[in-house]
Amino acid sequence: MNLGTLITGSLNDTLAVSLPLFRPELCLATTIVLLLLCRIVPLLRRLDSGIVALGGVCFALWFAWIDFRDLPGSLWLSSSAVQTISSRQEIFTGLLVFDSLTAYLRLLLAGFLVLYILFTKVSGIPDHEDGADFYTLVLGAAIGMCLMVSANHLLMLFMAVEMASVPSYALAGLLKGRKTSSEAAIKYAVYGAGSAGVMLYGISLLAGVLGTCHFPSMAAELARIAGAGGDGSMVLVLGGLMVAVGLAFKLSAVPFHFWCPDVFEGAAAEVGAFLSVASKAAAVALLLRVAFSLGVPPEGDGSMQVAQAQVLVALADTRHFMVYLIGLMAAVTCTLGNLAAYGQTNMKRLLAYSTIAHAGYLMMAVAAAVAMVGVAPAGARAAISAVVFYLGTYVFMNLGAFAIVALLRNKLRSEEISSYAGLVHSSPGIVVATAVVLVSLIGLPPLAGFVAKFLVFASLVEAIAVSAERPLMLVLLVVGGINTVVSLFYYLRVLKVMTFDPPPLDRVGESFSLVSLPGAVVTALVVPVVVLGLFWSSLYACAQLAGAFAF
Amino acid sequence: MPPMPSLMIPLLASSMPSLTQPALWPLSAIVFLPALVALILALPIIPKGREEFIRWIGLLTTAAVFALSLWMAVPALFGVPQAAQFSVGEAGMQGVVKLPWIEAFGIEYLLGVDGISMPLVVLTTFLSMLAAAASWPIGKHVKAYFVLFLLLETGMLGVFVALDFFLFYVFWEVMLLPMYFLIGIWGGPRREYAAIKFFLYTLLGSVLMLLAILMLYFASDLRALSDEQLLAAHVVSPALDGVARTEAMAVIHAAQAPLHTFNLMALAQIGQQPQSPFAAAQVWGMSLETWAFLLLLIGFVIKVPVVPVHTWLPDAHVEAPTPISMILAGVLLKLGGYGILRICYPICPGAGLSLAWLVCGLGVVSMVYGAFAALAQKDFKRMVAYSSVSHMGYVMLGLGVWSAVAGHEYRWEAWAQGVNGAMFQMLAHGISSAGMFFMVGVLYDRVHHRNLDEFGGIFNRLPVTSGLAIVVFFAGLGLPGLCGFIGEVLVTLASWNYSRGLAVISAFTVILTAAYILWAIQRVYLGAEYKGPHGEALTPITPRELSIAVPLVSLAILFGVAPQILFRYVTPTVNRQVETLADWTRRVHDARVVAPAGTASTATDPEAIR
Repeated sequence: MNLGTLITGSLNDTLAVSLPLFRPELCLATTIVLLLLCRIVPLLRRLDSGIVALGGVCFALWFAWIDFRDLPGSLWLSSSAVQTISSRQEIFTGLLVFDSLTAYLRLLLAGFLVLYILFTKVSGIPDHEDGADFYTLVLGAAIGMCLMVSANHLLMLFMAVEMASVPSYALAGLLKGRKTSSEAAIKYAVYGAGSAGVMLYGISLLAGVLGTCHFPSMAAELARIAGAGGDGSMVLVLGGLMVAVGLAFKLSAVPFHFWCPDVFEGAAAEVGAFLSVASKAAAVALLLRVAFSLGVPPEGDGSMQVAQAQVLVALADTRHFMVYLIGLMAAVTCTLGNLAAYGQTNMKRLLAYSTIAHAGYLMMAVAAAVAMVGVAPAGARAAISAVVFYLGTYVFMNLGAFAIVALLRNKLRSEEISSYAGLVHSSPGIVVATAVVLVSLIGLPPLAGFVAKFLVFASLVEAIAVSAERPLMLVLLVVGGINTVVSLFYYLRVLKVMTFDPPPLDRVGESFSLVSLPGAVVTALVVPVVVLGLFWSSLYACAQLAGAFAF
Repeated sequence: MPPMPSLMIPLLASSMPSLTQPALWPLSAIVFLPALVALILALPIIPKGREEFIRWIGLLTTAAVFALSLWMAVPALFGVPQAAQFSVGEAGMQGVVKLPWIEAFGIEYLLGVDGISMPLVVLTTFLSMLAAAASWPIGKHVKAYFVLFLLLETGMLGVFVALDFFLFYVFWEVMLLPMYFLIGIWGGPRREYAAIKFFLYTLLGSVLMLLAILMLYFASDLRALSDEQLLAAHVVSPALDGVARTEAMAVIHAAQAPLHTFNLMALAQIGQQPQSPFAAAQVWGMSLETWAFLLLLIGFVIKVPVVPVHTWLPDAHVEAPTPISMILAGVLLKLGGYGILRICYPICPGAGLSLAWLVCGLGVVSMVYGAFAALAQKDFKRMVAYSSVSHMGYVMLGLGVWSAVAGHEYRWEAWAQGVNGAMFQMLAHGISSAGMFFMVGVLYDRVHHRNLDEFGGIFNRLPVTSGLAIVVFFAGLGLPGLCGFIGEVLVTLASWNYSRGLAVISAFTVILTAAYILWAIQRVYLGAEYKGPHGEALTPITPRELSIAVPLVSLAILFGVAPQILFRYVTPTVNRQVETLADWTRRVHDARVVAPAGTASTATDPEAIR
């Protein structure tokens, strides 16, 4: 093969195949360039960078929606339309992959960004001066997250994680001159660098043993090694554990969660919202991506089905390892998050532990999904659907919670739970909104959080019935149930302070009415929590579509 | 490209009747009218200051719901019977409403009433109306109070009419938060503790219930049911005619994968099959049926409540404001009994049979413990709260006496008597306990204390109040001629057939009951002169209070004299359920005892779980 054909081939691949499926990311990248250019031109300097970012993100949302809409099997696809996208497509010579999970999560991230930018415009952080920096960092991290969900190569995995992380470190230090904020940024950066180093080491181990970084090839190689009698499995386990460290850091899973409460407390609530929703969604998707790329053979055409089934069987040990790793981490993360949240007095810190706990619930469903792949593909699909449905509702729940914290901070000048005392007397609307969000986080019907938790528990029960890891699944179910009860305490405590306690005499700031711009933002985030709790068919249909990504 | 998972279970789409189901609007209105008014009240357009206006809205809403439920339950009062109305004396499920909700999981908006739920629905709407009237003295945050109160009513009514397990659970949980705030904001000095304790106990129970729901759901399979069973369970609506019905059946029977269901009636049909998948599957050495039964039972008995999970009740009752105590005692406790009767026994009959001793034992223990605890109380309201524990013990005993097998005979009559008695006891206790709490509230509103030792001589000061109170307390005591008597007697008689010891104990508990109630009457109402604090405030009963007390007292007398008013509703349904289960005992239990080898092979087969 000469150089000419190689160049032509890769040009073709890039221009004709890859770039059309990469439009949302391109939109975000263009927006970043625009944001920076606006600073240079004096005339444009007065332009509000939030508006520019919002415009760019809306384009990204539109393209993400088109990609999702045109997926095979989607509800919105008219039968007469020409099928343009196949269900799974490797792009950029196999570095990335486009499938229904990519499409769903990109849509979710883009939708989140739209809501998020609107919310930051109302909440006032960042101010005009910081706007360009802030939105550049946010959009840069968002591109990294989009790459995380579509990574198909160990190299891409590392780059994507770093691309999502590095802007986040800077975001955490956004409140310049605030000691806690700088401390949070340093802590985050040091932890991040450490875990990135470990992950990179793990990647090199895996690549060294398997001779490839391309996920599907790695799966095939793993199956071959398993068939040949497990040569070098110790190194593989070590490499796997090290990669897991990097992922656990992004997931804020125990024992790599220590950064999370400090960062959330130190950084502005707006940054916390971004980290707790977008970063978490991308990390969970990456976990799904890695687990299913390495645990399941890539789908081939009909003629390869027999070979594929053999590979699926050969990978059972890999999956078993992953199920136990993810499952045990999930149980510990969930329990520790909920127990630690109990003693918190700062609302952002409490939400940080709540985020950790919810990562635990999400990982439970991931473990159930991996456990069922070999024995009950339909159940595994349902479990993945549960995960991505959870992420869909999580956007509204957690963004709502952080929005309330930020907007109340603007009124009360405090983020301590005790400063919310008796808020119900002056601002009943915001208390109702908080109640909806927090009760949804507990997981009580008829709110979206209940449906998400119901789906997670349902996938665990199904896994108990069919999977080989039955004891672990039982343990996870019991742990999940107990944790739900435990979590009641600290979420309700916030509501208790808001409603039962008398308001402090020295309360500063005026009341918070829902009939106002900030109130409208809160309402826009809280209403979906109720609506998705009652009518979740369509979101679940989308989640089912995404759930079918791997097989 | 593998086939995409189907996004919709086709059978639901084809078999779904339209919006013209006769009971759709009446039943939905009964359940959702309070919530709708609550939402409107919550809007800022209703000014907070117009307290009197908000109270009237609340009262009128509950009255409208009561009128609607009465229209449904007693067609004889309203001229020509309509299709949506309840036909008294019929055993089956009536007024079934069936609309698709979440198709991916086969979750439906499935409502219906039968002889068990219809009287409880009317009791709920009736007590809600009286409690709304009793809420007049509430002066703090009136708007928020009525919003929560009406949401609570929607939750309670929804539980009684829901026939889909998921829907049932949603309504079950919807009650929690309003109740938490109603106790926590408008309650007494230790309200925060009482509110969180109530929430915690109930949430623990409901999480266990959720696990049981999921276990049953994934073990269920509609394909195993015959056409008649599918029709009877309203999986395929009987309203469908010829071709559509055949098609709907064919879709179910042709399904490749198991068709799971949340339909309570279908789950009962599956659970009562000879080869029930619930009995076959094993988890940690016990059948799935037993696990589900235990988990559900814990969830329900926390609500009932029985000893040892009753401790939330005295706290919640004592701290809650009077109208909320009435609702708690009158309706919320009944939800537990209703759940056991509607869900535990029909769906897990095997576990019900083998664990009958547990249910009966819990009943008797609560009966005795509650009575002794009531005897020891110094606080009037706390005493009434413990009397509830004791009285609900009769309900448990009545539900539990699985005396279908007496030696080798099958006699369902005694068992039916027990369940009928339990149902009657639930309804009667709803009247009498609400009345007792209200009468305690009337006194408390005047003298602002509930210390039994500081009362005395009320009869001389307030003869009308005391007269009404004494009738209500006698109804609670179980005096013949008043409503409390019938249920206790039927339960005690029925338990004789199951276990003589339990029958004797429950009969002797009546003496304890008499002791604490008579002693309380003596200490509060009798005596020469009131010497406690705020004696000057003992004003005569107001017309508003009278309009709440008199209906309760009259009903207590009416149901005591003419219990058949209620039995006409309850007995057909209860008898049919008991007969079915007794028949199940004969068929299945004997077969299992005779041929253990056959069951052993299915029990260890992991395939059966799927």
